[in-house]
Amino acid sequence: MIGGLFIYNHKGEVLISRVYRDDIGRNAVDAFRVNVIHARQQVRSPVTNIARTSFFHVKRSNIWLAAVTKQNVNAAMVFEFLYKMCDVMTAYFGKISEENIKNNFVLIYELLDEILDFGYPQNSETGALKTFITQQGIKGQPQTKEEQSQITSQVTGQIGWRREGIKYRRNELFLDVLESVNLLMSPQGQVLSAHVSGRVVMKSYLSGMPECKFGMNDKIVIDKQGKGGTTDEPGKSGKQSIAIDDCTFHQCVRLSKFDSERSISFIPPDGEYELMRYRTTKDIILPFRVIPLVREVGRTKLEVKVVIKSNFKPSLLAQKIEVRIPTPLNTSGVQVICMKGKAKYKASENAIVWKIKRMAGMKESQISAEIELLPTNDKKKWARPPISMNFEVPFAPSGLKVRYLKVFESKLNYSDHDVIKWVRYIGRSGIYETRC
Amino acid sequence: MTDSKYFTTTKKGEIFELKAELNSDKKEKKKEAVKKVIASMTVGKDVSALFPDVVNCMQTDNLELKKLVYLYLMNYAKSQPDMAIMAVNTFVKDCEDLNPLIRALAVRTMGCIRVDKITEYLCEPLRKCLKDEDPYVRKTAAVCVAKLHDINAQLVEDQGFLDTLKDLISDSNPMVVANAVAALSEIAESHPNSNLLDLNPQTINKLLTALNECTEWGQIFILDCLASYLPRDDRESQSICERVTPRLSHANSAVVLSAVKVLMKFMEMLPKDLDYYGTLLKKLAPPLVTLLSAEPELQYVALRNINLIVQKRPEILKHEMKVFFVKYNDPIYVKLEKLDIMIRLASQANIAQVLAELKEYATEVDVDFVRKAVRAIGRCAIKVEQSAERCVSTLLDLIQTKVNYVVQEAIVVIKDIFRKYPNKYESVIATLCENLDSLDEPEARAAMIWIVGEYAERIDNADELLESFLEGFHDESTQVQLQLLTAIVKLFLKKPTETQELVQQVLSLATQDSDNPDLRDRGYIYWRLLSTDPVAAKEVVLAEKPLISEETDLIEPTLLEELICHIGTLASVYHKPPSAFVEGSRGVQHKRLPPRAGSGESTESPDVGQSGPSEAPPAVIPSQGDLLGDLLNLDLAPPTATVPSVQPSMQMGAMDLLGGGLDSLLGGDIGGSPSVTAMPASLGSAPAVGGGLGDLFDLGGGVGMPTGSYVAPKTVWLLAMKAKGLEISGTFARRGGIIQMDLSLTNKAMSVMTDFAIQFNRNSFGLAPAGPLQVLTPLSPNQTIDVSLPLSTSGPVMKMEPLNNLQVAVKNNIDVFYFSCQYPLSLLFVEDGKMDRQVFLATWKDIPNDNEAQFQIKDIHLNSDVASNKLQGSNIFTIAKRTVEGQDMLYQSVKLTNGIWVLAEMRIQTEPFLLSDLKCTEPRIVYANLLHSQ
Repeated sequence: MIGGLFIYNHKGEVLISRVYRDDIGRNAVDAFRVNVIHARQQVRSPVTNIARTSFFHVKRSNIWLAAVTKQNVNAAMVFEFLYKMCDVMTAYFGKISEENIKNNFVLIYELLDEILDFGYPQNSETGALKTFITQQGIKGQPQTKEEQSQITSQVTGQIGWRREGIKYRRNELFLDVLESVNLLMSPQGQVLSAHVSGRVVMKSYLSGMPECKFGMNDKIVIDKQGKGGTTDEPGKSGKQSIAIDDCTFHQCVRLSKFDSERSISFIPPDGEYELMRYRTTKDIILPFRVIPLVREVGRTKLEVKVVIKSNFKPSLLAQKIEVRIPTPLNTSGVQVICMKGKAKYKASENAIVWKIKRMAGMKESQISAEIELLPTNDKKKWARPPISMNFEVPFAPSGLKVRYLKVFESKLNYSDHDVIKWVRYIGRSGIYETRC
Repeated sequence: MTDSKYFTTTKKGEIFELKAELNSDKKEKKKEAVKKVIASMTVGKDVSALFPDVVNCMQTDNLELKKLVYLYLMNYAKSQPDMAIMAVNTFVKDCEDLNPLIRALAVRTMGCIRVDKITEYLCEPLRKCLKDEDPYVRKTAAVCVAKLHDINAQLVEDQGFLDTLKDLISDSNPMVVANAVAALSEIAESHPNSNLLDLNPQTINKLLTALNECTEWGQIFILDCLASYLPRDDRESQSICERVTPRLSHANSAVVLSAVKVLMKFMEMLPKDLDYYGTLLKKLAPPLVTLLSAEPELQYVALRNINLIVQKRPEILKHEMKVFFVKYNDPIYVKLEKLDIMIRLASQANIAQVLAELKEYATEVDVDFVRKAVRAIGRCAIKVEQSAERCVSTLLDLIQTKVNYVVQEAIVVIKDIFRKYPNKYESVIATLCENLDSLDEPEARAAMIWIVGEYAERIDNADELLESFLEGFHDESTQVQLQLLTAIVKLFLKKPTETQELVQQVLSLATQDSDNPDLRDRGYIYWRLLSTDPVAAKEVVLAEKPLISEETDLIEPTLLEELICHIGTLASVYHKPPSAFVEGSRGVQHKRLPPRAGSGESTESPDVGQSGPSEAPPAVIPSQGDLLGDLLNLDLAPPTATVPSVQPSMQMGAMDLLGGGLDSLLGGDIGGSPSVTAMPASLGSAPAVGGGLGDLFDLGGGVGMPTGSYVAPKTVWLLAMKAKGLEISGTFARRGGIIQMDLSLTNKAMSVMTDFAIQFNRNSFGLAPAGPLQVLTPLSPNQTIDVSLPLSTSGPVMKMEPLNNLQVAVKNNIDVFYFSCQYPLSLLFVEDGKMDRQVFLATWKDIPNDNEAQFQIKDIHLNSDVASNKLQGSNIFTIAKRTVEGQDMLYQSVKLTNGIWVLAEMRIQTEPFLLSDLKCTEPRIVYANLLHSQ
């Protein structure tokens, strides 16, 4: 299991060091600093073995977190734990920075004591942790016996993510369907790979221990029920069901029930959390198409023309559109003409950045640029990185639709109808690239 | 609330200030002071001097302060064990506290204080806490048993904690179950043969129930534990699989991977014709693909595992090629892994896409990545025959880019393509020849020379090309020299008239001007062949070569099976068995997959069906370096050719031709089984001097003068299992004043091993190799080579524990392997160790008694003369002898290589044992010996 956990600043100074096992000595702290942090080169592997000691490391802004072990640990678990550790710290004191870590080092030690015992991760749900570890030190002593046993049963219990006795005057929930659409397209417009990775994020402000059921237009579910006969003409309002390649759920969801009935039922944590993640690859609506044209005119000039076409309902508006056209390293000057938005050559980034604030569906726009090159005797050809694009659209490119989210709380007297529900769809670009 | 100020105090006299503050009456001030102490501790300052003051703060009702003090205790208790006892009372009291959080805190912290005296006091509170009414306390106590076991295993067994822990598996609280499972698994790991976990269908059922209810981490513990269970039959196996599959949708990647491990393992037992088997296969693909959208570090872990899964069951991901396409912004470690998997999944169906991608990658920036991409194109050509032509033309395009390392890499793979498809793509040779000048890497040069030699008849200026290499012959690497020699001989056999001069030149360069025996011998063989029977030479050198096989870089099947059992763990990331990187006894158990169900062999025990050469392993072609070795050897092989794959027997033939003479020169015996004998157990546990002496006496017979020092039979030092098939056994000898390490290297892998080198860690007597490890020929599968390595004692010195321990690293073309062995101290006794009588007397008196050690050597039936003679053979010299009360006393001296003298008085008693009394000029040696002889 994990033998020790260290947090360093970018200079390699230790901010937090907690050793759980005897086989990890103080010299491990230095070994990592010398071999990884001071190596000042690209990380060639997130797991580094130095003198038979394995270091798992992740970096958040300029802070390094390293878990150290000499045993054959579950590597996936160690990384998941490090991420979780970051989440917990962020939930307690915001951004992970040297300043914040130094300011909260006592708290971090307290947390580490609680969430990692002898190198074994323990309950690390912030909701539960916050009931007995607070930033103002441990909660005041005069806890009643009931309060104490409530805490312990919650930390160890089956529903470790929610405490009892939550009350809201207004029962309300927000559902955000956040998708990032990823594309790799060849210069000829052939889709090399495309997938949507989506997340359903829920903010729940519900009283008691509500039982929830979430439904979406999952093809498997619809087909099962569909024989009853939904008569929507296909193709009119988009497709009615989508094929989900795979999905994963927050630990509150009863997985065995999903496996057998494909229904998503759970008791949600209080506040914001990620209910599910999913991935689709079929019938993705690609909100934009990028058509590049690069022509080399002699050895010192490049002509670039890029057309973007929006491909969704004209009534919808895409926002924050940004097209990034890479330029060779030996660029000496660029002249840009674009019909819409603003375009600028950014020498420091070796790219032309073209920004458009808004763009409606079924429109197209183009940019052309002349790139002057300095003559070089560098034999190596320019690698031509792909043209990448960023945008935000108010729909789900996968076609996912929330069909319902039902809330049942038998002990308190509010019903599903009393809950105010909000649903929002946002599609963003993930890695959206077209080779040129 | 800005605690960062605690990090900034660095002035002198700080400790005294802190001491004052810690003893302050004000609570706030105390707390502040403890925080400062913890901050100093974090940055590595030694604040152990404050121990009593900090411990005094422990008795407080302020929980925050208490936690801080506990943190301090965990760090420093070991350095101040006596003081730590002061804390025990508080712990014991806290374990009775009304607040379960405090009870748990106390038992958790106590377990972290690794002081023997404290652990005694820990037992009672722990016993109570294991049965506490509060689950939070029980789950903490469960882990505490593992902590205690780590400190004192015997205590845990004696106190019956293991049984209590086992009971906790049936606890009503899922988290208690999970922690108990984790603790038991860890304890079981250090007792490989115990049946601690004792998994049976009932406990499995309990675990599966807890699996649905516990935290994500608990699920991982339980799944990892489940994976070590062996179901009784396929029905049970299927029912477990059914209950584990829902975990594949968990948001935590580690839960998913551990579930995959269980499924991959238990699937082995399902009959392939079962419907469920197919369903399961289909269910595995999506979660594996989803892992690739995790954070990059997890992607890396996932990809390393997918690499294994794809080798074991290629059908799972065969349609998922696209997800492994490299993204521009992927970190380099993700890119390289993806590339590997792309090749494994390449097939006729997707080859066009793959090639287009690879071509794209070959223009990227990262040199390693580009090289790998180019090499991948070559591998595609060899793997998918239909694509070969396209691959070759892609490679030619890349050569046109003139990017140096791309060109070199391309030439290396094109050579492989020629080996696979002879007489098909020779038209490209002209293009290759244009780039001759830009090749500066040995591998690329050697590949190009091979091509020129192989196709000499089609290259008009082959002789000029080869001649141009010949100019700098002595500056070339061995690889290139050997290749050049062979190529020119080939050229001569094809165009004898115009190249006579050239061949003579190369033969004389190889045989007369070279120090490399490998090169020299090959030169002589060619020379003799050519001068005695040119026809035979032609048959041998220009024999048709067997084609190379398809898959490259496959992991050896037994290792692969073991790694599949370790999915998700570090072993699967390193692609090495745990024993290769874990110290001590933990994790040395070799896990294997359950026996295959359905087919007839399912009734056999798992040991039979799995390993052994009987099962035809997929042909693994050696990686680049070896290939050259292969080609060379095969050139010499008798023309039995047109065998589809490289056969070990043929290679053996070739080896004999080449290596026989050399081996006998070295005094080794060629072929046959490796001579592996266990070292006779000598004199209990005294390995150092005592052991040495024992060994010396053990030397049988005892007739006449011994001719040299005693040489122990060879022991296995490095197991083939741990060293990718390389087995090393050896011993040490002192011959004519020279220390030698006699090694037997055996290749138990399926590929040829070359490029051997050896290095020692710093050791007590500065032993170091006096020359390079002379393994002159590539070591073919199943071949053993005996090598004697002369050692010097002028290397760097570092005291080892035990004193005569030697840590060795052996490198070959595959990897670097480490092992340690112990040499008999008698190795270091020098020939001029005979002390003058007077000097002996004076020295004996001078040496303080502290430096004296005594021990008995039993069961030896020798009289003093024979003993003295025998010992002299090992440079232990008898200075004087006298008889006291009918017992012979021998006075002896020994000088070590580092100039230390050891004087001995040996009494030979009528009872058959010897009493030896050692004195030494250097105290520490005797100390070490004293320790050993206890």
